[in-house]
Amino acid sequence: MLDVEKIRLDFPILTKEIFGNPLVYLDNAATSQKPRQVIDALIDYYENFNANVHRGVHTLSVEATDRFEDAREKVSSFINCESSDSVIWTRNASESLNLVAYSWGEHNIGEGDEILLTPMEHHSNLVPWQELARRKNAVIKFIPMLENGTLDMDQVDDLITEKTALVSAVHMSNALGTINPVRELAEKAHRSGAKILVDGAQSVPHMPTNVQELNCDFLVFSGHKMLGPTGIGALYVEKEILESMEPFLTGGEMVLEVSYQKASWADLPMRFEAGTPNIADSIGLGSAVDYLNGLGMENVREHEKDLTAYALYRFRKADLEGLDLFGPDDPNIRGGVFSFNTPDVHPHDLGTFLDRMGIAVRTGHHCAMPLVRSLGVAATTRASFYLYNTEKEVDILVDAVTEALRYFRDGPN
Amino acid sequence: MDQTNIDDIYRDRVILDHCRNPRNTLPVERCDLSGDAVNPFCGDEVHFQISLSSKDLIENVSFAGDGCAINMASGSLLSEAVKGLTIGEASELSIKFVESMRKSDDLSVDHEFIGELSALISVKHFPVRIKCALLAWSALEDALST
Repeated sequence: MLDVEKIRLDFPILTKEIFGNPLVYLDNAATSQKPRQVIDALIDYYENFNANVHRGVHTLSVEATDRFEDAREKVSSFINCESSDSVIWTRNASESLNLVAYSWGEHNIGEGDEILLTPMEHHSNLVPWQELARRKNAVIKFIPMLENGTLDMDQVDDLITEKTALVSAVHMSNALGTINPVRELAEKAHRSGAKILVDGAQSVPHMPTNVQELNCDFLVFSGHKMLGPTGIGALYVEKEILESMEPFLTGGEMVLEVSYQKASWADLPMRFEAGTPNIADSIGLGSAVDYLNGLGMENVREHEKDLTAYALYRFRKADLEGLDLFGPDDPNIRGGVFSFNTPDVHPHDLGTFLDRMGIAVRTGHHCAMPLVRSLGVAATTRASFYLYNTEKEVDILVDAVTEALRYFRDGPN
Repeated sequence: MDQTNIDDIYRDRVILDHCRNPRNTLPVERCDLSGDAVNPFCGDEVHFQISLSSKDLIENVSFAGDGCAINMASGSLLSEAVKGLTIGEASELSIKFVESMRKSDDLSVDHEFIGELSALISVKHFPVRIKCALLAWSALEDALST
């Protein structure tokens, strides 16, 4: 069990008021808030050991390098990697995906090869593959989705063939909350010689992640959705595959030996980290991982599962006319993401209404345009939870949505 | 529950009224000018068809749109406002309205000149929604420039 009231004290922003109302922050799928510990880690770096890494003999540089590599170790253990050499720092999940598309995809996906995706991919796990397929004349296929927002797993065996080079699937949908059976997908992919990439942008912050158990070849995620700073993300690649991959960006830091004519590459993981890395934010992410470990990811998941079950119950009980709640209704296969449509009130009007009551939600297509269109709407309103959200906040949300529907139907009191 | 803030935007029921019952939604008999605008970020759309009685007098307007209350109300209010104006007058109205929406103060707004469109001026207090109020005006400019 999480002591949420105690946890909330660690997050300075949660005491803020918006238009005179206490902030109810429910846009966690977009980015999470940051605890004091993470903010302090950034300040500590800049105030006490700011220096470039891997190249100086001076004390500060040695300390900065130690802390920087220590953060990599923390992230590596957090997802249970065998070795931290398999963890590459990137800016975010999108950059991680592009790195895989260029460094691995460019050399391993050819004409007629197939890339299998799900219909609920974020644009970041769709567009890089579309571009790769266009360059290589490869084919993109999709696992069909059932009415309840889960994948039609019965069709996967027919869809994965010897032509399939890669299965790339989101672990938890940012628009529906669906938790996909990626371990099963990995098994099926490997059985026919395909690789599997897991987009963990929404899952790594919210549930225990174990790359060895998932048996995935690639895992991508972002720091800022898991209490860390913006501008830092990570890519895990299975060691043997990573060793075979060509660099993504070239230049300083990623080389072993350089002449005027050519260069040879540094060892892993630096081969994939050209230029001065984002030292401060890596350290910040390391501190976020410490914070999450302190709470226990099992406990984080349990808390959010309870909150999800409660929100499902509250929305059902409110029985709001015409309200369409998307995604599975089983909290065991759903994260704390609530996307809904209110036919009589446009999401942007609802978003403005809720904002005036201090409630931060997301409205729009959530960077999953084809998915949202397939639901038959142009946009949805999305509330997404994290470890500091409470049942009381769920009540505030459901009551406010109820009031908004009345307001837009009957006008101001 | 404090609604004073939210009422700033949807006050006088003008916006809600025009959103729920948009005016001038019937197609025009003869379309002399047409204009469209789409906001790719939110998917809102506005389409106008205009018929002219003499060379440049706007006789009738047809408005079609999809999107939030502010977008729909803006399209509906605009369709009312430009009926009976010359093309030149409609352009002038458009320039003045867009200018008022982009200026940070309320004092410069010539409420007499923009008439019922004043209801939309309150959207200025919601900066992220200004683009919702302006989409219809892009569609009008598109129509007038054809």
